Amino acid sequence: MARKEYAFYPGCSSQKGASASNYLVSVESMCKTLDIKMTEIPDWNCCGASISYAESGELPRIAMNARNFALAETNLPGQDIVATCAACWLGSRESKERLEHNSGLMADTQTALKEAGLQIKVIPEVRHMVEVLIEDLGYDELKKPVKKPLDGMKFAGYVGCQTNRPFGIAGESFENPMYLDKLIETVGGEAVKYDQKVTCCGGALAFSEPEKAQGQIKDIIEAAYDGGAEMIVTPCPLCQANVEVYQGQINKRYGTKFDIPVLYYSQLMTLAYGGSAKEAGLKGNVVRARKLEEFAAK
Amino acid sequence: MAETKTAAYICKGCEIGTRLDAAALVKTATKSGKMNLVREHDFLCSAEGVAMIRNDIENEGVTHAALCACSRRAKTEAFNFPTIAMSRGNLREGVIWIRPDTEEARETTQEMAEDYVRMACAEVKAMTVPPGNQKTGSVKTLLVVGGGMSGMTSALESSKAGYKVVLVEKSGALGGWAAKLHKRVPTREPFKAPEDNGVADMAARIEADSNIKVYLNATIAKTDGAPGRFKVEIAIESGAIAQEDIGAIIQATGFTLYDANKLPEFAYGKTPNVVDQAGLEALAREAAAAGKPICRPSDGQPVKSVVFVQCAGQRDTTGKHLQYCSGFCCNTSIKQATYFKDSNPDIDTVVLFTDLRTPGNGEDFYRSAQNRGVVFSKGVVSQVVPNGNTCTVKFKDLILNEDTEAQADLVVLATGMVPVSGVNIDAPVAAPVEAEAAVEGEAPKDIVATIAPESILNLTYRQGPDMPQFKHGFTDSHFICFPYETRRTGIYTAGPVRRPMDIMQAQEDATGAAMKAIQAMENAGLGKAAHPRAGDLSFPTVRLEGCTQCKRCTVECPFGAIDEDEKRFPLFNESRCRRCGTCMGACPVRVISFENYSVNTVGAQIKAVDVPDEFSEKPRILILACENDAYPALDMAGMNRHDYDPYVRVIPVRCLGSVNTIWITDALNGGYDGVMLMGCKHGEDYQCHFVKGSELGRYRLSKVGDTLKGMNLETDRVKDIEVAITDMATLPQKINEYAALIKSFPPSPFKGF
Amino acid sequence: MSDMNTQMADRYKNNFLKEIEEQAEMGEWVKMCMQCGLCSGSCPTNFHTGWDHPPQEIFMLIRAGKREEVLNAQGMYMCTSCYNCYVRCPRKVPVTHVMHGIAEYAYRIGRAPKNQPSMHLSKTFWTNATKNGRVNEVQLTQSLYFKDGIGAGIKKAMEMQSVALGLVKAGRLNLLEAVGIAHKCKDVKGIHAMLAKAEELEAKNKAAKAGTTGKE
Repeated sequence: MARKEYAFYPGCSSQKGASASNYLVSVESMCKTLDIKMTEIPDWNCCGASISYAESGELPRIAMNARNFALAETNLPGQDIVATCAACWLGSRESKERLEHNSGLMADTQTALKEAGLQIKVIPEVRHMVEVLIEDLGYDELKKPVKKPLDGMKFAGYVGCQTNRPFGIAGESFENPMYLDKLIETVGGEAVKYDQKVTCCGGALAFSEPEKAQGQIKDIIEAAYDGGAEMIVTPCPLCQANVEVYQGQINKRYGTKFDIPVLYYSQLMTLAYGGSAKEAGLKGNVVRARKLEEFAAK
Repeated sequence: MAETKTAAYICKGCEIGTRLDAAALVKTATKSGKMNLVREHDFLCSAEGVAMIRNDIENEGVTHAALCACSRRAKTEAFNFPTIAMSRGNLREGVIWIRPDTEEARETTQEMAEDYVRMACAEVKAMTVPPGNQKTGSVKTLLVVGGGMSGMTSALESSKAGYKVVLVEKSGALGGWAAKLHKRVPTREPFKAPEDNGVADMAARIEADSNIKVYLNATIAKTDGAPGRFKVEIAIESGAIAQEDIGAIIQATGFTLYDANKLPEFAYGKTPNVVDQAGLEALAREAAAAGKPICRPSDGQPVKSVVFVQCAGQRDTTGKHLQYCSGFCCNTSIKQATYFKDSNPDIDTVVLFTDLRTPGNGEDFYRSAQNRGVVFSKGVVSQVVPNGNTCTVKFKDLILNEDTEAQADLVVLATGMVPVSGVNIDAPVAAPVEAEAAVEGEAPKDIVATIAPESILNLTYRQGPDMPQFKHGFTDSHFICFPYETRRTGIYTAGPVRRPMDIMQAQEDATGAAMKAIQAMENAGLGKAAHPRAGDLSFPTVRLEGCTQCKRCTVECPFGAIDEDEKRFPLFNESRCRRCGTCMGACPVRVISFENYSVNTVGAQIKAVDVPDEFSEKPRILILACENDAYPALDMAGMNRHDYDPYVRVIPVRCLGSVNTIWITDALNGGYDGVMLMGCKHGEDYQCHFVKGSELGRYRLSKVGDTLKGMNLETDRVKDIEVAITDMATLPQKINEYAALIKSFPPSPFKGF
Repeated sequence: MSDMNTQMADRYKNNFLKEIEEQAEMGEWVKMCMQCGLCSGSCPTNFHTGWDHPPQEIFMLIRAGKREEVLNAQGMYMCTSCYNCYVRCPRKVPVTHVMHGIAEYAYRIGRAPKNQPSMHLSKTFWTNATKNGRVNEVQLTQSLYFKDGIGAGIKKAMEMQSVALGLVKAGRLNLLEAVGIAHKCKDVKGIHAMLAKAEELEAKNKAAKAGTTGKE
């Protein structure tokens, strides 16, 4: 039996071939080393994400999340739900809170769920992967399997929004959370100081109004460079994608020369645990992390 | 009288013995200090050390002792010898803790210590043991002037503490403004609903209290005397005068609302549908009595919409109205808004404000009103236009940045408080200043309310019949550090006469004032000083044969303690005195002194310092440091081991106001190279413990420049700085900078004379 | 529907605050705002053009009864859901959710601004996500590009070509999704039935508050 078991909610972007598929690859490698068993919630569905706000009312959105709760509870009883995506985590946690504090909403949700042949008895805890690492294992445990510390590499820990607000990680401040920096240091890297750690990457605005979002992304990358970072590290798929894939367009628009890799914490951990470039999903980075590729090959 | 026997004690504890040459210090005390008895001890404040001193007092007849150990602020409980005159040489905080422990510093550090030993010996020989004020009074009855919430609270709290109270109220009933309230702002969890005004209950408790004697329809005709022995004449309704012996006084004369007639732009007086907050309370009481909703005065129809105008005639920058925020009116408007919403949620209730200020737990109350549906809008009202039975309120929406308007059946103006503080004793003409149109280019004039300039206390004091005022007509109190302390010993002001405040604050204020008044009364009975030299038994004495009747002392005393007798000599009322020494500093012929603090005790110290000759390259700088902030800051600099220059010699003074300029000229004539003065901040946000002391002292010092010029000395040789107790880290730096400046001058030409 | 906007405007007469309180998700918080402006100051998009009314102003406009200005406002759609305003609000007003709720309400009664890009994304995203239970990223992108017609869509797609190519190379954009070969839930039927019921209940609840029958 594994040391820890969880009901895994990978979310749409972390599926095979989707925009955060490399996140999934590295999380799987990381969990294997740490002896964490993640069982996918059977037939899970989309959380609705924040951007659904205008089209979807409260109840349909919550029903979607409630369906995942019911599936997890039925198929993986007693296990906490763990999401790797910030939006999935936020959507689920918000739904859980509202359902637990509003009996009318709960009753309506049950009525809707019944149409899909489901029912909620107890809503499982909804956790972020980072919470599992920090709270259930702890930095010391995370350090133990480190075989190849990322000595001398400088990272900007970019926490962004939704892994940080409104819930955040217990004990961390909204304005300057430290856990990502600590994770970087745990695997031997250096976490640089810079002033855009929790700035919004533009979120969904990157799709609907790219010129607005790209201004924000530019500020984030600039600050990371100014802080002396060689790479950016983030816990959120949307942050990762937005900060990484628009660098070319931003260069065109602003005349910058951005070429900074944007990684997931799980990729760093996989590499530090001795994993290969493939296991870390490095191939999935649009801006190639050459330094890490070389490091993995050593 | 017992024969004088002097003794000096050199402590070697706390590393004094290892850092300094104690044997040399003993020699200094013997040879230059000329003490009859000199002892050293390894640990002077220990039981054994204290017993040694006590034994010397009891069996060796020691009457004067110089304790050369730590700061006079340290170990005061151990070194408590009230029967002898005592001085302290500060070898720890003042010497070894502010000097580096290095070989090259050793010589100057030792010189510093030896000077402090000489100074302590010289000081104590110039002192006598204070016998305590003999002209005490032991009356323990409190007078409370004003029967509103503050006054009633003071009376009840004093009675609870076991004291008798005389309560004088000008009107025919107790309760003041609070009695006119329909309800009051909530005082209890969850701070959501207005409460009964509580007046009836308090008035009943006062009536039932055998400790409290109430005079209604009565005023104070005359207040004579001093704490512990005031003679108060009360003019009662019949026209007769009642006499009361009083120990201490609390003035709780409250406020009036700012006159809304001065706000013609808001249509007050043009339509009965515009009221001030008191007007709204009256309407609410009327409605409640009739069991009806609040109605429009113009036609008696129920109010369907109401607009509250905050800061009406307050926080004014044009010079026409009150400049300040009255602090209570936002909560009051919130409360009044709930009158409407609680009777009918459909009444449009709008509060127009610029900054909503909700002291106490008002924020919870504010939220509860928002929950009720009261709309709070950030806006500045420019005009109220009556039209028939409604009004148009024109205002600028500060969030949307646009001019807009609202219709209302009723408009309520939050006009704020004007203190009822009696005669402004500092004003050349006691007439109130009428609101005048601000003249272009002129600074806005502070407007004092047009209340009749009748005296409230009718004090027979030389300095005037009422409490000194500070800003905007509110009575002066030490608002930064000691909010209850006034400039008339044994007389405390409480409630809105002191500063704008709400009922909750006024009650707390009244309780505090009652406790302070009791303390003052008790101290007066024992012949002791009140704050800040609480317990001090010394008092000023004057050598009348030398007095030139210049009146400086009677004019300058910050506490009005000195009157003039029939022959126009100063007449000291010791019980009113706070022992700051301002009179002593002011006296040009130096005839005023305290037993333990005088021109001589300080002068002797100045003279005792060994001033090296001009070739030694060892300047001497005198620091006169206020004992309230500057001296403790220097001690703390020592505790934090911040080094400063070894050529300074510090003498604590009671207040900058007590500094007599003779000390400065003596020092300069004696070859000192510079004099630095350290006193508390003065002016609008003063921190002087004696309120006016540092200001008066500085005024006097401003003339020293001429003296320096006359002596052909650089004017920068005398420097005055403001020091707060928090300056312990920056103070050494300032001393060093000043010392560097002095070293840049040639040595004083007066050395060796 | 007989213009739902008119229906609601009639129903609530001039009391727009009440209308928002009852009809918009989290609308009951509007009255608790104390107009400090921390939300507007914290918003990452508050310096962009097109930002007609930041949250503080939206709150104020509602209280001032300015129905048209609020329902026509673009401000709500500038929200990136960063939750800065939400965690900083001294009154604990869930500003992010209130903005979303007002946007949803404006849209529901047919008053949202036309061609609002984020509004369009919201609609596209939800439709896409609920069609198969999971998001089809390629189709989502396609429908976004072609919202303004085929010509504009191709132009936009060309602009974004390098971005897309990078993702394809990195194995993070599966072109097969374009033709519908994609991730989907097994019980799509159940999801659709559940959502239909949820929408029905929600409409009923909102109508009950407004005192209408629930039929639009």
